[in-house]
Amino acid sequence: MVDGTMTANPDLPAVTATQGHRPRKALDLRYQPGFGTIAICCMVMLYAPILVLAIFSFNGGPFVTRWGGFGLNWYLHAFENEGFHDAAFTTLKISITATIVSTLVATAAALATTRTRRWPGQTASFIVVNLPLMVPEIITAVASLSFFALLASVAHINLGLGNLILVHTVFCIPFAYMPIRARLEDMDLTLEQAAADLYATPWKAFKRVTLPLLMPGISAGAALAFIVSFDDFTITQLVAGPGQTTLPLYIWDQTRRPLTPEINCMSTILLGVSVIFVTLSFLIARRRRT
Amino acid sequence: MSVATLPAESTPASERVARAQAIARKRWLRTRWGLSAPALVIIGLFGILPLMIMVIYSFLEAGEYGGVVWNFSTDAYVSFLFQRDIFDGTLAFSPDYLIIYLRSIALAFATTVICLALGFPTAYFMATRPPHRRQMWVFLITIPFWSNLLVRTLAVMLIIRDEGLVNDLLIWLGIIDKPIVLLYTNFATMLGLLYSFLPFMVLPLYASLEKMDFRLVEAGFDLYATRGKVLRRIIIPLARPGIVAGCLLVFIPAIGAYVTPLILGGGKHLMIGPLIALQFGSSRNWPLGSAQALILMVGVMIALLFYVRSATGKAQALHG
Repeated sequence: MVDGTMTANPDLPAVTATQGHRPRKALDLRYQPGFGTIAICCMVMLYAPILVLAIFSFNGGPFVTRWGGFGLNWYLHAFENEGFHDAAFTTLKISITATIVSTLVATAAALATTRTRRWPGQTASFIVVNLPLMVPEIITAVASLSFFALLASVAHINLGLGNLILVHTVFCIPFAYMPIRARLEDMDLTLEQAAADLYATPWKAFKRVTLPLLMPGISAGAALAFIVSFDDFTITQLVAGPGQTTLPLYIWDQTRRPLTPEINCMSTILLGVSVIFVTLSFLIARRRRT
Repeated sequence: MSVATLPAESTPASERVARAQAIARKRWLRTRWGLSAPALVIIGLFGILPLMIMVIYSFLEAGEYGGVVWNFSTDAYVSFLFQRDIFDGTLAFSPDYLIIYLRSIALAFATTVICLALGFPTAYFMATRPPHRRQMWVFLITIPFWSNLLVRTLAVMLIIRDEGLVNDLLIWLGIIDKPIVLLYTNFATMLGLLYSFLPFMVLPLYASLEKMDFRLVEAGFDLYATRGKVLRRIIIPLARPGIVAGCLLVFIPAIGAYVTPLILGGGKHLMIGPLIALQFGSSRNWPLGSAQALILMVGVMIALLFYVRSATGKAQALHG
């Protein structure tokens, strides 16, 4: 720990002067009054709406936020909903394709831009790969809309769902790139050099040494790319053509009608998917440190 | 890939070695470009090219049913500030769009300030927990960071609408007898922005506070500083890179926010995001929408430049 011997460490059983008691706040040099309260308030603020949504998804009654007894009936309703199925299917088609392409492309780009002496174009590549992060979503959305409209009117090219897949791939690339790059920068080149010393070809060294070591970064990147694509609303809403309803778009359509607790269920399912993938990505990324 | 093919640093013994090294270096460079090419091509074609098309669109005439007519025109930029009279064609200053831009800037700024006021103590508190509990806190902040923004905003909407939980609770408690209108106000939008982007502030702040050398705090106390003074004179200056990064990460998405003002702000309290989308939707004025998007983009670029300057200025201050 960075703090010296003066600071009482709250997670060690105090065997020093305080004799079995938790060290008093006044003795902890890092303590600032009120900060803990604010932190707890922030957590409550961040989680209260989500928890309310999740709790009311088990509402048996007909109102969205008035409790009518426990019931799974609205979940059954959601699972039987054809529109919800179609939307789920469309979403998966887009996000899985975008995830695979963006992860592959981001892996290659990360290999090119890390662990190397400077090469002309390195900085430029880095900026271009991260560019989608810097442009506000609404601008990406209308720019892509203009682009595909132009493509359709001038060249008569309409890729259908391909439009959405391409746009999603673009903004997924930087999200996949970040964890892969971080992982690569933690690895040094000694193992690859050892492989080369043992007469491995560059390709063999890559396949048998670099790739297995890089796998946690790639999986974490893929999980993030999937989530970003799966959750996207703004860009999808503007670029999507008729019949290309993804899950977020479907939920949005539901809010334009009289609300039923079904929307709580659908929203909770979407949140659940996010939580699962974030947790996976978090666990994978954490493992690299141990 | 392998570094074994890299040219060595020593001077070549003969011309043949030099030539071999030149070939190896060329091959190595070609690999670099080859590996980054797919990403660059995809982003270039479907990310950067559309932005350029948008620039062109902003200088064209609007088509009657959406889209553009290929005639050069600066109408989009003129109509951003002025309204053309239908009968005599004279221009009159019209601040409607400007008000929406100013509202967005004000809301984004207020959101950033409140996020900082709440996020800094939170991040500091997280960074001073024991290591294993820090992980749990980071995880708790990460979950909303990556969770579906639409769903999170809808959750806020369900809570603060007229028949929502807050009003039901207040009526049940007898504090009010008619629901207070919270939804579709500037307050609702700002609450939504705050709720959406708070994790964007906490995470970079945490990253810079976690690395902080707390021996400096100790030294401050040894020199008879109070807790407040240590915070102001040592901790906050050291966390400056995190503060700047966090403010930027909140301000930029907040100023271009689309989902939050769409769901919580309603039609009367537009922000830039929904305004731009409107031009591409029911208003059918693509050039105006492109011009508005471009103006927003320029604003964002200025904010980013400010960030770069502030980051380099900090480095110079440290070394100077």
